Amino acid sequence: METDKSKIGSFIFNRSVQGIFYQLITLGLVALGIYYIVTNTARNMLERGLASGFHFLGVESQFDIGMTLIDYSPTSTYFDSFIVGLLNTLLVAGIGILFATIIGFTVGIMRLSSNWLIAKIAEAYVEILRNIPLLLQIFFWYFAVLRALPKPKQSLELYDSFFLNNRGLFIPDTVFGEGSSIIFYLLWLTIIISIGIFIWAKRRQNRTGERFPAFYVSTTLILGTFFVSLAATGFPVSFEYPELKGFNFKGGVKLIPELVALTFALAMYTASFIAEVVRGGIMAVSKGQTEAAKSVGLKQNLILRLIIIPQALRVIVPPLTNQYLNLTKNSSLAAAIAYPDLVLVFAGTALMQTGQAIEIIGMVMGVYLFLSLFTSLIMNLFNRFMKVDGER
Amino acid sequence: MNKIRIAFLGMVCSVLMIPAAIAGTLDTVKSQGFFNCGVSQGVPGFSNPDENGNWSGIDVDVCRAVSAAIFGDPDNVKYVPLTAKERFTALQAGEIDVLSRNTTWTLSRDAQIGLEFAGVNFYDGQGFMVRKDSGITSAMELDGASVCTNLGTTTELNMADFFRANGMAYEPVVFEKADEVVNAYDEGRCDTYTTDKSGLAAQRTKLADPDAHVVLPETISKEPLGPVVREGDGDWADVVRWSLNAMIEAEEFGLTQSNAQTTCALTSNPVVARLCGKEGGTGAGLNLGESWSYDIVTKVGNYGDVYERHVGENTPVGLARAGSPNASYKNGGVLYAPPAR
Repeated sequence: METDKSKIGSFIFNRSVQGIFYQLITLGLVALGIYYIVTNTARNMLERGLASGFHFLGVESQFDIGMTLIDYSPTSTYFDSFIVGLLNTLLVAGIGILFATIIGFTVGIMRLSSNWLIAKIAEAYVEILRNIPLLLQIFFWYFAVLRALPKPKQSLELYDSFFLNNRGLFIPDTVFGEGSSIIFYLLWLTIIISIGIFIWAKRRQNRTGERFPAFYVSTTLILGTFFVSLAATGFPVSFEYPELKGFNFKGGVKLIPELVALTFALAMYTASFIAEVVRGGIMAVSKGQTEAAKSVGLKQNLILRLIIIPQALRVIVPPLTNQYLNLTKNSSLAAAIAYPDLVLVFAGTALMQTGQAIEIIGMVMGVYLFLSLFTSLIMNLFNRFMKVDGER
Repeated sequence: MNKIRIAFLGMVCSVLMIPAAIAGTLDTVKSQGFFNCGVSQGVPGFSNPDENGNWSGIDVDVCRAVSAAIFGDPDNVKYVPLTAKERFTALQAGEIDVLSRNTTWTLSRDAQIGLEFAGVNFYDGQGFMVRKDSGITSAMELDGASVCTNLGTTTELNMADFFRANGMAYEPVVFEKADEVVNAYDEGRCDTYTTDKSGLAAQRTKLADPDAHVVLPETISKEPLGPVVREGDGDWADVVRWSLNAMIEAEEFGLTQSNAQTTCALTSNPVVARLCGKEGGTGAGLNLGESWSYDIVTKVGNYGDVYERHVGENTPVGLARAGSPNASYKNGGVLYAPPAR
C-alpha cells in the first residue's frame, strides 16, 4: 500500500507530468474558445440575417475607383476591386520603401558627419519626423500639396509635355510601336551578359588580385546597345502627350496627388527610423576596422564600400526589415486621404456594399500577413547572403 | 508564469460570459436606463454637436423621441458618432441600439446585412455642388470632372450609375470622413462634391465661403433616409418605428409641442385622444407607458416642429419643406404615417 501511494504521489508531483497536464488544459481551453467563437459567430450571423460566404467576389461591384493599374469599371467584379486595391497598396509600399531607404541611408550617414551643421540637420530631421504621428504628417503633406498647387487651367508646365496641378502630375506616356520588341530582347541580353561580366571579374580578382572595371564596361554595353538598336530600328517609340480637355488633362500618365502625398509622408517618416538604424549599424563596426583598412592603404571610399558597409549591413538588415514591414502596414492609412488602397477600396467600399465584414477583413488581414512574411523572407535571404563566411 | 496562466484563464472566461445572442433590446434598455444611438460625426441639421457636446438635429430627435417614449425623458440617450463606414458594423455588433445617421434604405442593406429599417424621416436625393465661378449649370456638363465624395455610402454607387448611364467619364476621389471631403473640395481637389442634397446644404455651411458654391438642379437618385435597428428584434423595431410615426401623425392632426398640453385637455377627436394617451391603450402593445406618444410630442415635438427647428428655411441649412417630398401627403408631399391605433 505504502509504495503504491508514493508511486502515485511521485507521478502527480513530477514536474514534467504537471507541465504536460497544464499544457493539455490550456490547449483544450484554446480549442474550446475558438470553437465557441466560430459557432457563436455563425449562429448570430444566421439569426441576424447576415449574408456569408465568398459568392460576392463574382458579383459586379457597380462602383468606380479613382486610380487603377488594371482595367476596371463598375461592371467588374468585387474580386477585380480586390486586385485593384492590392496593386495600389503594393505600388505605394514599393515606391515608399525605395525612397525611405535612399533618404534613410543618406540621413543616417549625414548624422555621423564630422561637419557640425550637416550632423545637426540630420539630427533635427530624425527627431522631428519620428516624433509626430504619421497620420498628421499624411494630412499635412496632402493639404500642403493641394494648397500649393494651381488649378488645372493654370498648370505649371515644362516643355508643353509635363503638367503639374492640384489634380496631379501629368507626364507623357511612352507608346511602343512595331519592331520595338527587339530592343527589349537586346536589353535583357545585355543585362544578362553584364551579370556574367561581374561574376567573371570577381573570380578573376579572387584568383589574381587584378581589378576589372566591370561597372563601367557593363553600363556602356547596356546603354550603347539600347541606343544603337533604337536608332537601327528607326525609333519605333512615340509619346502620348497630356492635353487639357474640359476640366482636366487627358492622355499621358497621371500621378494623383493622393499617391504623391502618401508616398512622400510614408517615405519621410520611415526614413527617420531607417536613419537611426543605419547610424547604429555603422557605429557598431569598431574603429579598429577603419584604422586597419587605412594602414593597408585603402582609399576612403573603398574603406566605406569594402570594410564598413558589409559589416554594418549585418547589423542593419534585421531592424531594416522591421521598418519595411511598418511602412507596408502604415500604407493602410491611405483611406484618410482618399488614396484607393486595399483598405479603402476593399475593406471600405466593397465591405459597405456587401456587408460581409468577416470575409473581407479576413482577406485583407491575409494579404497584409502574406506581404509581411514575404518581405521578411526576402530580407532574411539577403541577410544570409551578407553574412561573413564562416560565421554562425 | 502563473500570472500569465491566470490572465489567460480570465480571458477565456470573459469570452464565455458574452451572451450568446442579444435578445430583448427593449428590456435591456429599460433596465440599464438609457440606449446608444449612432449618429454622424457632424452634419448640421441632422446630427451635430454644439460646443458643449450636446447633440441636435432631426436624426438626433428620432433618438430623443424613442427615449421620451420609453422613459418619458428625451435625454436618456448616449450618442455614438460614427463614420459611414463604421455605422453598420457598430449596429450589428450591438455597440449601438438605433442607427439614426442619414442612412438610405435600400434592398441590399435591408436583406443582406442584417438591418431593419424603421421608417423614413427624410426623403432625399443625390445632387452635385460646384463652384459658382466654374460656370457649370447642369450635372450633364460634368464630363471628365473630379468628384469628391464619402466612403461607404449609396452615393458612390449612384454616381457610378449616373456617369455610366450618360456616357461620361469622371475621377472619383473617395474619403473616409465627411470633414475631409469638405476640406478637399474646398482646397480645389475636385470640381464637384456629391452627396445627398440635404447633406450638400448642410456641409455647405462648413465651407470657407458658402456663397461661392451652388447645388446643381439635377437629383440623380432616391435617398429615403431613416432610423435603422438590428434585424431579429421586432419589439425594439416597433418602438422605434412608432416613435417616428407618432411624430408624423401628431403633425397631421395638429398636435404640436406648444399646444399639446391644452389640446389634450380639451380634445374630443379620438385620434388626438389616442396620441395624447387618454384612450386606446396603444402603449401596452409596445410595452411602453400609455403616455408614450404624448411624451414624444411635448418633449421633442411633432415632425413639423422638428423639421423647422433643425433644417427648415429659418435655419442655416435652409431646406424649404413646401413642395418637397418631405411635406405631408395632404400638402403634396409623400410623408404619410400609418395610423397609431
